[in-house]
This record gives sequence, structure tokens and C-alpha cells, in this order.
Amino acid sequence: MLARRVCQLQSAVKLSLRHSVAPGSRASLAAKNFSTASEGGLCFELSDDQRNLQELARKFTAEEVVPKAAEWDKNGTFPKEALNKAWELGLLNAHIPAEYGGLGLGIVDTCLISEAFAYGCSGFSTAANANDLGQVPVIVAGTADQKAKYLGRCTEKFTFCSYAVTEPVAGSDVAGIQTKAVKKGDKWILNGQKMWITGSGYANWFFVLARTDLSPNAPAGKAFTAFIVERDWKGVNVGRKEWNMGQRASDTRGITFEDVEIPDENRLGEVGSGFKIAMTTFDSTRPPVAAGAVGLAQRAHDEALKYALQRKTMGKAIIEHQAVAMMIADMATGIEASRLLTYKAATIIDSGKRNTLYASMAKAMAADVANKAATDAVQIFGGNGFNSEYPVEKLMRDAKIFQIYEGTAQIQRMIIARELATKAK
Amino acid sequence: MSSGYRVMVGVKRVVDFAVKIRVRPDKLGVETAGVKQAMNPFDEIAVEEAIRLREKGHAAEVVAVSMGPTVCQETLRTALAMGADRAIHVETTKELQPLAVAKLFEKLALKEKADLVVLGKQAIDDDSNVTGQMLAGLLRWPQATFLSKLSVSGDKTALEAVREVDGGLQTLHVPLPAVVSCDLRLNEPRFATLPNIMKAKKKPIDKQTPESLGVDVTPRLQTVSVDEPPPRKAGVKLETVQDLVDNLKKGGMI
Repeated sequence: MLARRVCQLQSAVKLSLRHSVAPGSRASLAAKNFSTASEGGLCFELSDDQRNLQELARKFTAEEVVPKAAEWDKNGTFPKEALNKAWELGLLNAHIPAEYGGLGLGIVDTCLISEAFAYGCSGFSTAANANDLGQVPVIVAGTADQKAKYLGRCTEKFTFCSYAVTEPVAGSDVAGIQTKAVKKGDKWILNGQKMWITGSGYANWFFVLARTDLSPNAPAGKAFTAFIVERDWKGVNVGRKEWNMGQRASDTRGITFEDVEIPDENRLGEVGSGFKIAMTTFDSTRPPVAAGAVGLAQRAHDEALKYALQRKTMGKAIIEHQAVAMMIADMATGIEASRLLTYKAATIIDSGKRNTLYASMAKAMAADVANKAATDAVQIFGGNGFNSEYPVEKLMRDAKIFQIYEGTAQIQRMIIARELATKAK
Repeated sequence: MSSGYRVMVGVKRVVDFAVKIRVRPDKLGVETAGVKQAMNPFDEIAVEEAIRLREKGHAAEVVAVSMGPTVCQETLRTALAMGADRAIHVETTKELQPLAVAKLFEKLALKEKADLVVLGKQAIDDDSNVTGQMLAGLLRWPQATFLSKLSVSGDKTALEAVREVDGGLQTLHVPLPAVVSCDLRLNEPRFATLPNIMKAKKKPIDKQTPESLGVDVTPRLQTVSVDEPPPRKAGVKLETVQDLVDNLKKGGMI
């Protein structure tokens, strides 16, 4: 029963977006040809532009992120300066349409950047990706005025935004959120609590999902509305920085909304369409998060390989011991597979088609691969791996969250199964 | 020279500095096939300096030049992305040695009416460190090599150039037109921003060949063999200072 409803929702989302989407945004994405397909069909090479972008992102990461990552991790320092430099280079606003000051690039390009950043530090890439997450709903469902105002803020000056949906009582169960927005005249009064909101300590504005239909049997597809809430408004209280297992450079906090007055012009999309907007966002943001996991896994692999070539036990380099060699082989295979899945998911959405199945597959697989790769990297380093002077224990701590945020490993599998079941009917 | 002069910058595509290089099986060079390539680091410094001259209002135009096969255009795109205004690609598949390069630059500098040619002090693949010097000789222009600091004289007809030499730092007054070569501490090259990388695609790259410039690029030097350095031999551990002195004496070192 629930499965059918969610499937209906997914198709409803697809249909309704065609009507409610502000003219130009999705259509212009579809009109651009992001395909790197060669004449013969499949193509696994990057275009010249993509290679240049990747090189810039990698060079930046090597010079500005890698040398500082350990220090950020140790102190939980938000990498504001490095993010500012990335912003100046255009690396943070690549996906914002050109008419609002961005570069109008696609999700593939965002993935290339995310993977490069995460190779250096996935806390840094998460801090950078938080902006994506806040901006995509506005790109997808905002009016021209809303886009010009809020996307413009992020492109004119170095500004952050966040995506505030999760609550202490509801993470996977988005339909169970309790934050309420009640209409009073031409304003909405917002009350509630959000939790684990990435970037909230520095965000200038938030995408907020709130319950607007309080009747007990209101379906998820009608009960929620999306809003753009400014941090400076009265009643918005951002909590303290949470100290997490890993990705400590990233900033996660709780937010409380106490009788916050939201003008109706800050309502994003139609009343009741919030759930669809929140879910559709993931089609664009899951691939970059998956790419981040791939970047971390690649780093784990590179560190482990380098170590295995130098470290000697029982008369030879440890890579000559099959037990170690098998782990590295599996790491590399998993990385290659999850990378291809990630870029496929990104390519599909860039060509204007729905990518939900592949986005979930990519995110699920990349997160699992990253965790295994990081754990095995620590194993290969042995006692040294457990020690904070070596880079791999941080990778293991950082990797875990990839199986949790942006849709847990379990939720991804539910989505995949439902997509498959729907297709098969 | 009125303000607003034309600066020509040379950029060479070389094996990336971070790559672990291997000698080719035929022992006539280093393996370059499938190996990551990039702009010569000293040339990045040269491009950066040329752009700074334009940003300070001294130069009106920065022209990037690269010589070699088609793929050199990637290096020119990098220079354009950093801020060069236009580029010239001298296309050839023949081996280019420093004298040939200097002759090609001579023709281009005169053809384009350059007021200043800025080169990296040497390329990290052949470490020749002669192109700038030979070019200045061919043009009979003043030269300042191993630059660690560059500024323009008050009346803008000359450069004040600080060179790193064995004894320390030497300051030269260099009337324009001139040839300079850049050393490591001159500046820190900027990242090309993503918008500039995209804009660079629209900037023009003019095509030339050694034939169109009337230069014979036949190599004058022949590489006889290339070998890896001999593996480091183990040292000898000594117990006392007296042992050390004895061993040094025995080896004829003191």
C-alpha cells in the first residue's frame, strides 16, 4: 500500500514538475547537450572542458585542501578560507544557471569537482556540497524573482545556504517531520526544530520543509510546503556545532524556529508541493555525494597502494602478499564500478531524463565501497593505520556518514526496489 | 615605448613535474607516451608575470606562444585561461632544440612587434637554460635572466630587473625591447578560474609553422644515450670520529 503510494508520488512528481517548474530551468538543462557520447554510442572519456575542470579542481585540492585537512579534522575548523578560494575560482557555483551568475554547468561537472575535493578531504567536499543542496530546490522550483534574489546572493558574494529538512524525530521518515507553518494573513508562522543541518553555522538562508496541512490523514504529497528562510529573521536560532565521528571540517548544527514570520513571497512552489520538491532535489544532489564517496575511496586506495609497495614484512613488500593484494584489487574494482555508476546517474539527469534509480544505486554503492576501502586501508597500514599520524584513520571515520546522509543505505535500497517493481509492472 | 606594450610569453608542454619518469627502452630519451603532461612550471611563472604587467597597466596585450605538435594547444588554452589575450601555435612534429626555438621566437617577436619576451628560465625536461639567452643574442636585445623581481622604470622605457646569481642578487636596468627569463621566486602563478577556463575557448589561437616563418629547425645536437642515474650504493657506518678521519685520509679526500 505504502509502496504504491510512493510510486504514485514519484510519477506525480515527474508530471507536476513539468507544470510547476519555472520556465527555462529544467528545459534549458535538457536542451543543452551534455552528452559525451561518441558517434558509436557509449563513451567513457571526459570532454576537453571536463578535463580542464577536473584538473583545476584537483590542483586546487592538492594545494589548498590536502595540506590543511588534518588540522581541520583535529580542531573541527570550518575551512572558510579555502571555501572562499574555491568560490573565487568558480568551483562552488558551477551548477547555478548563467543568468543568475553561475556557470550553468551540469551535474557531471559538479561530480568531477566533488570527487576531486573529497580526495583531499570529504569534510571539505561536504561543506562545499551543502550549497548545492540548498540551491537545487530553488533552481528547480523557484520563481524568477526568488532565483535572482537567493541564487544571486550566492554568486555575487561568498555566501552559504543550507537544506533544512531533517529533524530530531524524523530523518528517513521525511513525511514524519513536525515543523509547522501556519498561514496568517499574507505571512506564514514557522515553528519547529531541525537537526544535523550541514553548513547551518554559516548559512545566510535555508531551504526549509514544513508541514502546512495539519489534518491527520493528509497525504505526504499534499501536506508539506517548502520555504526559503533567512538566517537573520527573528526567531531563527542556530545551535552549537556538533562534534561528529568524522568529516569534522563540515559544520552540522540544530536549528530552532520560534514563531518565525515568512512572507508568502518566500514560499517555494505551490502550497503542498514541498515534499515533491525536497525529494526531487536528491536526483541532482545524490550523484555529487556519491562522487564524494568515490573520491574518498580513491584516496584510501592510493594511500594503501603506496604503503603496500614500500612496507616490508617477511622479506618482501606487503603487496606481494596475496592477502594484501586481494584487498587492494577489490578496492580498485569497487571504485571503478561506483565511479561509473555515479557518472551514469549524473549524465542521465544532465540529458533531461529522470535518474532516480541510478542516483540511488550510485549513492548506495559508492558509500559501501568507500567504507570498505577505508577500513581495508587501515588494515593494510596495520598498527600505523590506527594512528592519527597516518592519513587513513581519518578516512575510515569520514567514510561512515556516506552510508547515512543524503538517504541512508537502507532507504536507497528501498527506492531501488520500488523503481524496479514499478518498471516491471 | 609608450605604456601599453606587447608582451610575448613562451609556454612549453613538458612531462608533469610530479610524474615519476622512466627511461625509454631505446635509451634515447624519457618515456612520454601516456604520461601526464603540463605547462613547464617556470613558464607558468612567466605567464603570471606577463599578466601582472598588464594588470598594472604597463602591458596592453599578452600573447602566449607554444611550439610543437597539435596537443600544444592545450598548454596555450591554459595560458589563455590564466589571462593571456591571444595565442600563437607554431605547429610541427619535428624535434625542436633550443636554437631552433630561439630562431622561431626571433621571427615571431619581430613579426608581432613584441616589446618584451618573457620565458621560463629553463624547461624541466631538457634543463637547457639557453633559449632566452640565445634569443636575446639573435635579436641583439638586452637580456635579464633568472629573474626574482621585475618592475618597470618610472619613464616606462626600461625594466628594473633583479636576478638571482651565485653571489646573491643583481639588479639591472634593462632598456626595452628586451628578453627576460623567470626564476622560481619571481611570483606564485594564479589558478585559472573556471569562468576564465570557459572563456579561454573563445580566445584566438593563430597557427604558424617553421616553414611559414622561414626557419630551418633541423636539430644540431644528437642525443647519444640517456641513462638512469646509478643506484645509490650503501654507505659505511663508522664508530668514532677518528675512524672517519682515517677513512677520509685513505680515500684521498683530505
